[in-house]
Amino acid sequence: MSSVRARAWLLIGPAVAWTVLFFILPLAAMVVVSLQDHANGGWTLANYRQFFTDPNYFQAMVNSLEVTAWVTIVSLLLAYPFAWILAEIVPERWQRLALMLAVLPFWTSYIVRSYSWLLVLAERGVVNDAMTAMGLVDEPLRLANTRFATVVGFTHFFVMLLTLTIFANLKQLNPNYRRAAADLGAGRLAMFFHVILPLTAPGIVVGCFLTFVIAMGDYITPQILGGNNELLMSQLVMMQIGRRGDFPLASALSLILMGVVTAGYLLSARWLKLERA
Amino acid sequence: MIVPRPLTLLASAYAVAIFGFIFLPVIVLALFSLQASSLPIPPFTGPSLRWYLAVINDPRLVSGLTNSLIVAVMSSVLSALLGFLAAWGFARHVLPGSRILRGLIMLPLAVSYLIIGMGLLTFFNQIGVAKSLAAAAIGHVVINLPLCFAIIYSQMGDHQVNIERAARDLGAGEWQVMLLVTAPMLWPAIFAGFFLSMTFSWDEFIIAFLLTRFETTLPVEIWNLLRSGLNPKTNAAGSLVFIVSILFAIVAELVVFRRRS
Repeated sequence: MSSVRARAWLLIGPAVAWTVLFFILPLAAMVVVSLQDHANGGWTLANYRQFFTDPNYFQAMVNSLEVTAWVTIVSLLLAYPFAWILAEIVPERWQRLALMLAVLPFWTSYIVRSYSWLLVLAERGVVNDAMTAMGLVDEPLRLANTRFATVVGFTHFFVMLLTLTIFANLKQLNPNYRRAAADLGAGRLAMFFHVILPLTAPGIVVGCFLTFVIAMGDYITPQILGGNNELLMSQLVMMQIGRRGDFPLASALSLILMGVVTAGYLLSARWLKLERA
Repeated sequence: MIVPRPLTLLASAYAVAIFGFIFLPVIVLALFSLQASSLPIPPFTGPSLRWYLAVINDPRLVSGLTNSLIVAVMSSVLSALLGFLAAWGFARHVLPGSRILRGLIMLPLAVSYLIIGMGLLTFFNQIGVAKSLAAAAIGHVVINLPLCFAIIYSQMGDHQVNIERAARDLGAGEWQVMLLVTAPMLWPAIFAGFFLSMTFSWDEFIIAFLLTRFETTLPVEIWNLLRSGLNPKTNAAGSLVFIVSILFAIVAELVVFRRRS
């Protein structure tokens, strides 16, 4: 018996050891470092205090949350009808192809994708070029290096992601629910709002949660598309280690960011459970 | 559901608009990679392969590409191997606290790459490990191990237990069962995990950016290229990455999905 148990530990040991050594210990190292004074050494809570007292730092978190909220809402509003069309209107045998097409552009590197949006939105890029040619605007609009550009870059990715989760959800719906609703006299709109939408809530929550985690932690999109007008949390973290090498402050800010994302996770997990009950 | 005709037209228009939105940046990227002049904005002056030649002749980009492949293969082999061993261990043995241990292995999935990278950078800094490609590969295993584990563990069914039992009855040792019976049965799941890890590692930027210095991966080299502003060379490099990734996808499609059907 003990040899069987030893073998089991031999099998799961490497994966557990790897996670502890290169995931848990680094997080612990960040906690320790975040409590140190960058200039003088010694223990301090100053790095955390700085976040809560310096309005510029706190604003970065507000910006991150605002951008993420915009991205989540816009992506969801664009993706839901799209997923619905793919699942309900596109004939069954074309659905796989349509999905593969929808995912195709995301095989580019994600740095390249943000850069491509910069090309599209640049002052003399294709969008401004087309709008000037059509006489819609006289002067090229300032589209790149704004929060708008960041939201567009993120939305591009999350429309795809949400389409996948909602599409999967729609395909798993039991057709009997619809038949029952139709038998009970539900019209098209009533069926959508009272039957289909609530039943796809899990897909929506999963997609929105992924959007939240990824968008809050992403550095590339705001850095390439957002310009330097406002900082998001990820940019603030990277700034600390870039120029100043301030690991204590960078660690504290990282942990605060992780705390907010974890809180979002706990909230959405709780909400998901309520949905199921 | 039967949908009336005007609604179908509206739906088609909507779907075309969304496809347009999804494809717009890639088309612009690819089109202006063939630009003859030196700014990737209208008017289009190509087609010209000038910038593709510039990419192929750039030693930093070429070494970045090789480094990316090395990091991707190393980290994916390790992720798939550790994931498979752990999945087998959890599926075939009852251990105290196995729920918590499974949760522990899955935990990195819920944390941003930025935080994982910052943690490793801080940790390596504290214990005096220098930045290197190996450090980036270690980080990539952290993010890909949970995926490989989840994919392979989900495919561990009861019907395989009986086949393994039969193999043991016929005198196979435990390691023979694993190598000659279980691994071949789970080959599609192992390959799917390996392949997904390859694509994530190949595209990963922030961990590689934080943990490498002189020798680095392709995304980081492209990032360095970006700092020169809009440049058709970046378009060409991006389009090449796109082509390589599509090739990955086709191989995976042929190897994994064709086998299943």
